[in-house]
Amino acid sequence: MTECQPLLQLYGVSKTFADNTVLDALDLTIYDGEFLTLLGPSGCGKTTVLRIIAGFEQQDQGQVLLDDKDISILKAEHRPVNTVFQSYALFPHMSVYDNIAFGLKMHKVAKEEINERVLEALRMVRLESFAQRKPHQLSGGQQQRVAIARAVVNRPRLLLLDESLSALDYKLRQEMQVELKRLQRQLNITFVYVTHDQEEALSMSDRIVVLNKGKVQQIGTPREIYETPVNLFVARFIGEINQFDGHVVRRIDDKHVEVTAEGADWVVQTDYPFAVDDKVHVLLRPEDVRLTKPELAENTVHIEGHIHECNYKGKTLDSYIRLSTGTNVIASEFFDEDDPDFDYRLGQKVALQWITGWEVVLPYEQTI
Amino acid sequence: MNKQFNQFRFWAIGLATSWLALFVLVPSLMVLVTSFLTRDADFLIQYQFSLEGWKSVLDPSFISLLWDSVFMAMMTAAICLSIAYPFSICLMGLPQRWRSIILFLLIVPFWTNSLVRIYAIQFLLGKKGLINQGLEFIGLIDKPLDLLYSQFAVIFGLSYILLPFMILPIYSSMEKLDFKLLDAAKDLGANATERLLRITLPLTLPGIIAGCLMVILPAMGMFFVADLLGGSKHALLGNVIKNQFIQTRDWPFGAALSILMIALLSFMLWLYYRATKMSNRAGGINDSNF
Repeated sequence: MTECQPLLQLYGVSKTFADNTVLDALDLTIYDGEFLTLLGPSGCGKTTVLRIIAGFEQQDQGQVLLDDKDISILKAEHRPVNTVFQSYALFPHMSVYDNIAFGLKMHKVAKEEINERVLEALRMVRLESFAQRKPHQLSGGQQQRVAIARAVVNRPRLLLLDESLSALDYKLRQEMQVELKRLQRQLNITFVYVTHDQEEALSMSDRIVVLNKGKVQQIGTPREIYETPVNLFVARFIGEINQFDGHVVRRIDDKHVEVTAEGADWVVQTDYPFAVDDKVHVLLRPEDVRLTKPELAENTVHIEGHIHECNYKGKTLDSYIRLSTGTNVIASEFFDEDDPDFDYRLGQKVALQWITGWEVVLPYEQTI
Repeated sequence: MNKQFNQFRFWAIGLATSWLALFVLVPSLMVLVTSFLTRDADFLIQYQFSLEGWKSVLDPSFISLLWDSVFMAMMTAAICLSIAYPFSICLMGLPQRWRSIILFLLIVPFWTNSLVRIYAIQFLLGKKGLINQGLEFIGLIDKPLDLLYSQFAVIFGLSYILLPFMILPIYSSMEKLDFKLLDAAKDLGANATERLLRITLPLTLPGIIAGCLMVILPAMGMFFVADLLGGSKHALLGNVIKNQFIQTRDWPFGAALSILMIALLSFMLWLYYRATKMSNRAGGINDSNF
């Protein structure tokens, strides 16, 4: 992302539906030309953000600025913003062509230009030969593409996509993810994508906004979100993660502290100014866990446990380990075909370790 | 499938079929045959082939009568539609609980015989009726208007009786309308009028057609409404038929009229069937095919 010009800004946007606070003083800046994903569990307010930007919903408080101008007073039909709906919402009584031309007709674009732009949009989503079909004669993926074409043909400043891929099957979804990325780059339109699917968010976005209970939890690139989550919610919501609770024993230098957790003392890397005796969470992704035979780990810091479940995942082998302290851990390892000892027996004793710096250390959260 | 069930099915279907055959099909055939017989002053009909009954149908005086009847039915449908459509739109804006209550209230008058309700309208429209008295009271008129025994009164009565038949199919087609489509239209820049004309109206057209048929079909036959509110001048097709059988005693003509009416209604039902079939296939009425 090269441009860093703010396109749309939300300031202190709040929304309450019948005593239920959906958005709580939300601040958010969307930059021109980026692919931004709003990610969160259902009921986190992500769709409400979209509906407020689109103009279907009016915020109770706060401002919505587009190019530094407040658009709160504009009706939905007058905002330079288009939406791709979750259920596509294609007009069933119109052909694909008429569906795509609808927005241009409403904006009184000249006939020849409408024709030109509709054909261009059809080409872009590779549906040239389907112009005269009715929506019900198309497959789910094709309907999806018509919905996208119908929105982008208007050249909106901002394209809002509301869980737009969730109705497609896994394979088609993967294809459409790539397609969406391609379209976004080609059109250079700012995309705001709403999803509860963290995998989708990671693979498509320039930036991800993690929402929970109407509040922004973290904003960052997919990598930042995945590798350095700022709180337990983000850590747990994105991918799988192992959690060890412990406390700081001593500080080593300004980047490292020693933490005791699960009956062992670990040197961990952290930027937080932890003091001795501070309670902390040490978090570790399953793919960062190293499992070895206990006799090989004797001279290094490790935790012992035994395998109580193995899950063959194709690319990886996921092992479920119960530590001697009772904590459950998941380890996800790539196959090493050259290693004859790779497969685990159920009940086998293993030593668990990781490389310092791969863990995430967070301050203790009371609510958990 | 067991034998007992088969037997049950045989009797259930058989009974219904023979009932319909005996009391619907046979009488209809008798009417059809009657329309080709000769009129007789003493015995009503003579068993002798004749086209006199059908010739009367083509009589100019009757054609104008038929046109009158069709006109009144159409006007009734137009009035019902212009009330029912906005009413249904408003209804959709209410919470579900209120919608059910209002629809219920709409049905309540049906528990009273429609004849009784037409008598009530007679009182309402009469020279000393509520409307005339009210208009006189506020000083809009000096002497009572001739509201009763006019075409207006007949259309008024028919509209009153048949309005729910227009509202129910329109409301049900609106309930089926996906409101996301209206959001989508709004999102694409359509204002309220354009949303109504381009989305709501075409997608509720099956409901509109059904409603019109359910008003027009009975409207042509409700002779008692014309009898009580229209006097002798403003007759519906139903009145003409009734008169041929009971007063004029021209059974072949009455029978021919009955057949004509059945044919007319069947044709409209066929149109409706075509329209809904098309809309089922296309998820709405296709404007290029319709």
